[in-house]
Amino acid sequence: MGASLANVFHLGTKELNSLWRDKVLLIFVVYAFSLAIYAAATAVSGTLNRAPIAIVDHDRSQLSARIENAFYPPFFTRPILIDESEMDRRLDEGRDTFALVVPPDFQKDVLAGRRPSVQLNVDATRVSQAFVGSGYVQSIVSGEVSAFARHYRAAEQLPVDLVLRARFNPSLDQSWFGAVVEIINNVTMLSIILTGAALIREREHGTIEHLLVMPLTPFEIMASKIWSMGLVVLLACGFSVVVVVQQLLSVSIQGSVALFLLGAALNLFATTSMGIFLATLARTMPQFGLLIILVLLPLQMLSGGLTPMESMPLAVQILMFAAPTSHFVTLGQAILFRGAGLAEVWPQFVAIAVIGAVLFGAALMRFRASVGAMA
Amino acid sequence: MSDGAAAPAPVARLSGVSLAYGGTVALNDVSLAFPAGRLIGLVGPDGVGKSSLLALTAGARAVQKGTVTVLGGDIATARHRRAVCPRIAYMPQGLGKNLYPSLSVEENIAFFSRLFGQGPEERRRRTDHLTKSTGLFPFADRPAGKLSGGMKQKLGLCCALIHDPDLLILDEPTTGVDPLSRRQFWALIDTIRRERPGMSVLVATAYMEEAARFDWLVAMDAGKVLATGTAAELQAETGTGSLEAAFVAFLPEAKRRGYSPVAATPFEPRDAGPPAIEADGLTMRFGDFAAVDHVSLKIERGEIFGFLGSNGCGKTTTMKMLTGLLPASEGEARLFGRRVDPKDLTIRRRVGYMSQGFSLYGELTVRQNLSLHANLFHIPEAEIGPRVSDMIARFDLSDAADAYPDALPLGRRQRLSLAVALIHRPDMLILDEPTSGVDPVARDGFWRVLIDLARKDGVTIFISTHFMNEAERCDRVALMHAGRVLVTADPRTLPAARGVATLEEAFIGYLEAASEEAQGASGATADEHDKRVRVAANEDAPISPLAGEMPAGRGGYARAESLDVGAAPPSGLPPISPARGEIAASPPVHRLGRLLRSNDDEPLIAADTAPENRPKPRAFDFRRMGSYARRETLELRRDPVRLTMALVGCAILMFVMGYGINLDVQNLTFAVLDRDQTTASRDYALNISGSDYFDEKPALASYDEMDRRMRSGEIGMALEIPPGFARDMARGKEVAVAAWIDGAMPSRAETISGYVQGMHANWLVRKAREAGRADALSGPAEIEIRYRYNPDVKSLVAMVPAIVPMLLMMIPSMLAALSVVREKELGSIVNFYVTPTTRLEFLIGKQLPYIAISTFSFLLLTALAVFFFAVPLKGSFTLLLLAAVVYVSAATAMGLLISSFMKSQIAAIFGTAILTILPARSFSGVIDPVSSLEGFGRVVGEVYPTTYFLTMARGVFSKALGFGDLAGQFLPLTLSVPVLLALSAAFLKKQER
Repeated sequence: MGASLANVFHLGTKELNSLWRDKVLLIFVVYAFSLAIYAAATAVSGTLNRAPIAIVDHDRSQLSARIENAFYPPFFTRPILIDESEMDRRLDEGRDTFALVVPPDFQKDVLAGRRPSVQLNVDATRVSQAFVGSGYVQSIVSGEVSAFARHYRAAEQLPVDLVLRARFNPSLDQSWFGAVVEIINNVTMLSIILTGAALIREREHGTIEHLLVMPLTPFEIMASKIWSMGLVVLLACGFSVVVVVQQLLSVSIQGSVALFLLGAALNLFATTSMGIFLATLARTMPQFGLLIILVLLPLQMLSGGLTPMESMPLAVQILMFAAPTSHFVTLGQAILFRGAGLAEVWPQFVAIAVIGAVLFGAALMRFRASVGAMA
Repeated sequence: MSDGAAAPAPVARLSGVSLAYGGTVALNDVSLAFPAGRLIGLVGPDGVGKSSLLALTAGARAVQKGTVTVLGGDIATARHRRAVCPRIAYMPQGLGKNLYPSLSVEENIAFFSRLFGQGPEERRRRTDHLTKSTGLFPFADRPAGKLSGGMKQKLGLCCALIHDPDLLILDEPTTGVDPLSRRQFWALIDTIRRERPGMSVLVATAYMEEAARFDWLVAMDAGKVLATGTAAELQAETGTGSLEAAFVAFLPEAKRRGYSPVAATPFEPRDAGPPAIEADGLTMRFGDFAAVDHVSLKIERGEIFGFLGSNGCGKTTTMKMLTGLLPASEGEARLFGRRVDPKDLTIRRRVGYMSQGFSLYGELTVRQNLSLHANLFHIPEAEIGPRVSDMIARFDLSDAADAYPDALPLGRRQRLSLAVALIHRPDMLILDEPTSGVDPVARDGFWRVLIDLARKDGVTIFISTHFMNEAERCDRVALMHAGRVLVTADPRTLPAARGVATLEEAFIGYLEAASEEAQGASGATADEHDKRVRVAANEDAPISPLAGEMPAGRGGYARAESLDVGAAPPSGLPPISPARGEIAASPPVHRLGRLLRSNDDEPLIAADTAPENRPKPRAFDFRRMGSYARRETLELRRDPVRLTMALVGCAILMFVMGYGINLDVQNLTFAVLDRDQTTASRDYALNISGSDYFDEKPALASYDEMDRRMRSGEIGMALEIPPGFARDMARGKEVAVAAWIDGAMPSRAETISGYVQGMHANWLVRKAREAGRADALSGPAEIEIRYRYNPDVKSLVAMVPAIVPMLLMMIPSMLAALSVVREKELGSIVNFYVTPTTRLEFLIGKQLPYIAISTFSFLLLTALAVFFFAVPLKGSFTLLLLAAVVYVSAATAMGLLISSFMKSQIAAIFGTAILTILPARSFSGVIDPVSSLEGFGRVVGEVYPTTYFLTMARGVFSKALGFGDLAGQFLPLTLSVPVLLALSAAFLKKQER
């Protein structure tokens, strides 16, 4: 047992040495956990951010000017005044998401109590922006019109008010979430590529054969890759959370970073095993490259980082329930933003551990089998 | 043979040439002129700069210092290289290194032929001719990867000779090739030279007996030239009797020291006990083919047992079965009396194994490699240091202890491999061709260690080799052919038993006898040689060339030789020395000669290609580009897994993601904290829980509970209705309902708040209407919302046209990303260096098949979108197709750019994943439009091709836009292709540096 551990340790240090020599790879690791996180986090600062809006103003009144001035960053861009003839074209080209048409005599009709309508054209191919944005436009326009009208006639108060309070991220700053999701994405990507490619490289260069004639078991070879590559990614992840997320992006993290990293370590156990498993499926590096894309893309898009898990069709939910990353996203959100402790997130820990164990077992079986058919 | 004739202008001249890799000096101020029209040999130990010198001369490596003049011009200038590279052929070191293993013999030759602009007819003629002359004709359809070593080298030669070079450069062409194939190879070279007397041949070799036959020799050591001249001159100069001795005499004093002939002491069987190795009926089958066919061996402890045989005859497979690397299909192997069991680790501690080819870690230093293995064999910590130092000293690696193995010459790497195999002091060594490519001096050193180990420490040594002088040092040898052991005997008595003078002749005799048997069995006659005869017996196995039928021509080799020896070639060049001595004297030559002649009298190489008749290389040649495109296509077709993944994978991803990415936020969990508990408060809560969007969870009792359940993620929203809600509302007093939303995922929080607000407003209107004062609530103006293009605001309609661009970025770029870097890693990139192919021909040629495949993916995805997801395609399909072709060209060019830039395949995979996934997913407008992005992401989004194609895809799918509307997108997208290609070309070097 002790001897076996020593083997795992020595082989793992060899992996670290190899990685250290590959400077390009190191640069990528650093990039993936610094600039990439920063860029992904800062690209979108809110769900509705600088939504492009144009206004066709047929009224040219005090009220229409008031409406125009009500749109400004960060939610909207400064509105561009356009002709009705340009409107369709601009929407077609995707230059505007919203185009508001203020009819002639709008102000006059409002004051006369004739309840005129403004028309809001929305590019509904941009679903999320269209949905959230039209709500905003609606409330901004009606707010402005009501406030304007109030000067002239008293409006009735709504009898029941609705107070909305966002918890954990009061300003709904998208960068908080974006940063953490990107870290989780990159943890998955790096761990799969590093371990899988390390195994394929050994196979392509014939060094794996060399290991197999030594008193080493496939388990030891596999475990050494898992701990060494997992450690590298875990360190990078810790750096990213502390330096990029907490310092640079000044995200106020509610929960325990240590607990998150423990979750990350567990997740790494699962994803590195997945890397080995994929490497036993692919015979060559080009095959492995494609396989990675085929696996990473759904893992990144469907783990609940991009759109909420509960909205997905049941079949996809069941499928993604078997992916460690789904649980890791849930766990990361709960710990980092909602300050959840082990008492709340233990089910995710258990789920990841079980998935990891299954993946590890499957990878080991495949690896043993592939070793037999090596030559 | 005299060197007295007026020397013609040299074919190549080096003056003051120095070359260094990193800190290692490969060539040190070399000045040298190679006479034209001769067979010139470069001899010397490994790593003295022979390969570097040849690569410089071929133009494959960039000149660092000094000038190299080849065929009348400076090879350092790109212009001269372009002009003369059609006259040079270069075969790099390593068996089949510049061949494409998945391509057949014929396809490999055709690839080179097209690079030199030959038409189909000319190609057919030349290919047939070359394959017939080399005996490869019956194997035209066999993939190069399945040829034996000797056949690979012949194929390499065919590929090199396809364009009638004036200068043929061969870097150790016979290293690792069995003696019979080697002999055939040189006979072939002699035939070719007879037919093209003007051709100069430059050869590096580690075999001194080969070098003795060359016209002119360059002896090298430590990056310098020791001596030049004919073999006779060199021997005369040193007063030695053999070339080997002459070479040693030229070495500096320090190196000569300790050089003495290897003395083998006879083997005396030691104490009793089970034999070290026992194999009983060992058989390995791959499908129908028996790679090893009932091999039985018995090797005593302390014996040195040699294993001989052609490449691919099953030696390596046998060794792998003995080490437990391969489970035997049949039979049994025992080491020290114990059955070989892959799970039994204890036996592995007693065995040291050295596999064919270097298989240590290139990324660890010599010392690190040694101590890693010491650790893995559990040598006590305290002993590791001394043991490693001992090995370093014993194998003379002290000056390289901290160097990386990649930087070491082959011979030293082999020594390191042996040191590693010995670090745990095994009782047995299994060595698979450990001395291939190692120079004579180093080989002798190697053998001294082996003999020492066997005789002093009683280590059993099982070694395979191609060197006859090594075989002679063994206690016993086994000769293997086509999976069977032909004979096992003492090498000293074997020639006598066979009635020949040398072991080599005995060996060849056995092989030929075995081949004739096989030939008889296959039932073919010599007349059938024009047909592509396939060897029925072992179709898919690497076969030694003799196993097949060979053409028996009219002109015998021996006769042709006798004519040539007397008469000088007409051009006034010095006489060529054909194979003399050993080859001329040995009986098999006649048969060999017949093998080398084709049935007609047509010369092997057409002589009509004077330099001035050659077509001038064009700047962009579609045929060369096509040659690369064709080859890439063939390789892709031979890899159906990859092809399937690219196509089926696309469809599966589309399927999963089309359904999975749902922006219609639904089933949001919420719970009510009802502090009022009246009909009105319940009515309010029902208003929300009754909608499709929300999914009510058990009610909350306290703030603490709310906090806990929201923290764990169980509920996304909590609705708090204050005490006195119904009462206050009835009195018209202001009441506030609070909605607490989990803000951890902002987009979801926004959606929730939108829904709640809407439902709240609805509830108010309903209440007002019930109270009969509906008007009072309506505002002074109305807002009509028109959702354009996607009136139901369906996620699928928006997402499916966005997924297509994402997939068509990632998969095509990943397909292309490995194409260049893989050639760099595997060595075939050298074909690009030394042929007239330009960078753009190379890149675009590689790109075309991937564009075709990706266009097919696009069609598949569009069909899925329209017919399966029922997303209407409102605009012009032709326009979309056109855009898609441009787009996948950009995506594949992106892959090529990464591939040209990177040095390793891992880095390329990594780079592609990093440079495509994030930008395509987050910065190109899939969810948030680019115009809404900020910072670095915005900048990337503005230039990334996906942005433009995404707008076009959505435009054509949902908005029915035409070309006029999308011209603004088309232009930048189209521009990106040449920009990316130009960048790739800039990173791609036409020479190795």
